Amino acid sequence: MKYIAEYRDGETAQQYLTAIKNITTRPWNIMEVCGGQTHTIVRFGIADLLPADIHLVHGPGCPVCITPLEMIDKAIEISSLPDVIFCSFGDMLRVPGSTQDLQSVRAQGGDVRCIYSPLDCLKIARDNPDKHIVFFAVGFETTAPGNAMLVYQAAQEELNNLSVLVSHVLVPPAIQTIMSSPQNRVQGFLAAGHVCAIMGTQEYTPLAQQYRVPIVVTGFEPLDILQGLYLCIKQLEEGHAQVDNQYARAVTEQGNTAAQNLITQVFRVTSRKWRGIGDIPQSGLSLSQQYARFDAEQRFGMAADTPVEEPKECISGLILQGLKKPSQCPAFGKTCTPEHPLGATMVSGEGTCAAYFKYST
Amino acid sequence: MTLINTTPNCPLPLGDHPKVLMAHGSGGRMSAQLIDKLFRPAFENPDLDTLHDGAVLTLPQSLSQPLSQPLLQQRIAITTDSFVVNPLFFPGGDIGCLAVNGTVNDLAMCGARPLYLSVGFILEEGLAMQTLWQIIQSMRAAADIANVHIVTGDTKVVERGHGDGMYINTTGIGVLEHEQVIGPAQVHADDVVLLSGDIGRHGMAVMAQRENLSFDSHLISDCAPLAEIVLDLLKAKIDIHCLRDATRGGLAAVLNEISLASGLQIDCDESAIAVNDDVRSACEILGIDPFHVANEGCFVALINPKDKNRALEIMQQYNTNAAVIGTVHKTDSAIVTLRTAIGGKRILDLPTGELLPRIC
Repeated sequence: MKYIAEYRDGETAQQYLTAIKNITTRPWNIMEVCGGQTHTIVRFGIADLLPADIHLVHGPGCPVCITPLEMIDKAIEISSLPDVIFCSFGDMLRVPGSTQDLQSVRAQGGDVRCIYSPLDCLKIARDNPDKHIVFFAVGFETTAPGNAMLVYQAAQEELNNLSVLVSHVLVPPAIQTIMSSPQNRVQGFLAAGHVCAIMGTQEYTPLAQQYRVPIVVTGFEPLDILQGLYLCIKQLEEGHAQVDNQYARAVTEQGNTAAQNLITQVFRVTSRKWRGIGDIPQSGLSLSQQYARFDAEQRFGMAADTPVEEPKECISGLILQGLKKPSQCPAFGKTCTPEHPLGATMVSGEGTCAAYFKYST
Repeated sequence: MTLINTTPNCPLPLGDHPKVLMAHGSGGRMSAQLIDKLFRPAFENPDLDTLHDGAVLTLPQSLSQPLSQPLLQQRIAITTDSFVVNPLFFPGGDIGCLAVNGTVNDLAMCGARPLYLSVGFILEEGLAMQTLWQIIQSMRAAADIANVHIVTGDTKVVERGHGDGMYINTTGIGVLEHEQVIGPAQVHADDVVLLSGDIGRHGMAVMAQRENLSFDSHLISDCAPLAEIVLDLLKAKIDIHCLRDATRGGLAAVLNEISLASGLQIDCDESAIAVNDDVRSACEILGIDPFHVANEGCFVALINPKDKNRALEIMQQYNTNAAVIGTVHKTDSAIVTLRTAIGGKRILDLPTGELLPRIC
């Protein structure tokens, strides 16, 4: 299959592994930012194939993992209301809030629906004029244009029975937070290919220069990751700090300008809380003034966030920042499993803890 | 009157799941939990504890049998299943042929020749009679192909809004015409694992139909009877230790179930497991693992390695994708591992619950 088989070829993978081994002369810590990259690394067993000197640090690029508990609780509160049809991407259904998850709301009679495209909500709204449709708009820059299009088209159609619960986050501020931490040990990054398909590689040049770190944008197949690692290690060994685009088949320097324009029109940059990390300034998106009437928090009169306490044993914050691995958590695999997750890194299939639990030997 | 001990309080800790969730029916970890914590303790008996697709029972000898005749110990297999698929019709089949083939296959997995089925219908008020007729016709055709007879049945109607159009329950009976004992407890270290065909077709076909996903590719269920292949293997005196069809929860679920029941590790090779391009592309778009997707015409056979080549030759006559996909080892862990396409290694775990598409 095109773009699948050739990027999972075992022989080529071995060639890259040999090349990585040949150029590695000392230990390096490299963070892959995106949950999709973590998923590939663990699913194909890449970490164990690398030289012992290469340490992969799993970053906070899983939108399900970093959605704050307070936002999940708001989703649950709204979805439990009568005459609400609550729509969400599938992986959000399993994330536990303070007391329950969206699956449980469905079991208790709430109309919670898994949708495949945010635009599905438009049809649901048209077909159910006596109901209020709420879409849980979660994700990084990758899903922002699709979610923006939902709001844009809802406005065009003058739908007044649709709103969005927004919890969007941005990658570059997260990288800044990680690099600014005194405990940071990350020396190079594999940046998220689909985020960059939207935003371009241009946003990462100032970060590479400011923090003197190589940043390689990669795709999500195993050979993408291996080639990305090779390029990153090569830069580290040679003392460079540039942006490399391994995922040139989908990513350009400028990105998708039409998508960027829509994001700018529908959303505005705001500060946002990242679960396990805390507030990061200018790291999220909220609806712009022009589209504020579609904001579910305003529509349902939701109070400002009351901080919710996380389970004390959960160290997902340290894992999201790449400071600890799941195997270093005393609850991992014992009191914390995919069926009974203490924190979101265990719930999402792309969460580091869930990936380790499912795939790691 | 004999007093029977009952335990009124539900043994599943309420804090776990106070209500039944969809995930409890998905064939993964939560389904296993429901069986393990609720059903098995309540119905406890050795036949149930074999944890196989059906129960193999020995008929008690008849009191009227003349003493001069040799004692007959006929083994029969019995199985039950319920079918709640939505939509009722999907590419490659419908709830009717699914019910017949699913039951036939469970009997085949016990090593039995399927003979008779009973069928119970639960029909939703308002279901079109034409729809019911189509499904009945489909069941008749499937029964003819599988060489079984539907000998008894029952029908109930529930109010509009319940029953998703139609639910079907079946019970199947078959006979074992050989001496082999087939089940997870018979699996040995060094057994080889054969897979009868490519995986993922049924689950993806149903999902695409149900969710109205208009893929360019053609996703068609593999719904089919497996009894003939199994009977051919038995006729060829293949030393079969365990058979299991990879239905809900997919290949990952059945391999894990066998591993846990036998206490042995199963090591598989990803590159040996066939996934057709249409299924692969649909799974990639949605972020779904083909190993977790249901099949309705695909099974694993764990056999004595000395019969590997002969067994493979027989299975490949039915599906050229049949292959040896792994081996069984005795280690400290009852897990399933997978050698990945690029030579790495990972655990192939039980799916957690519902198949949910990934966000990005």
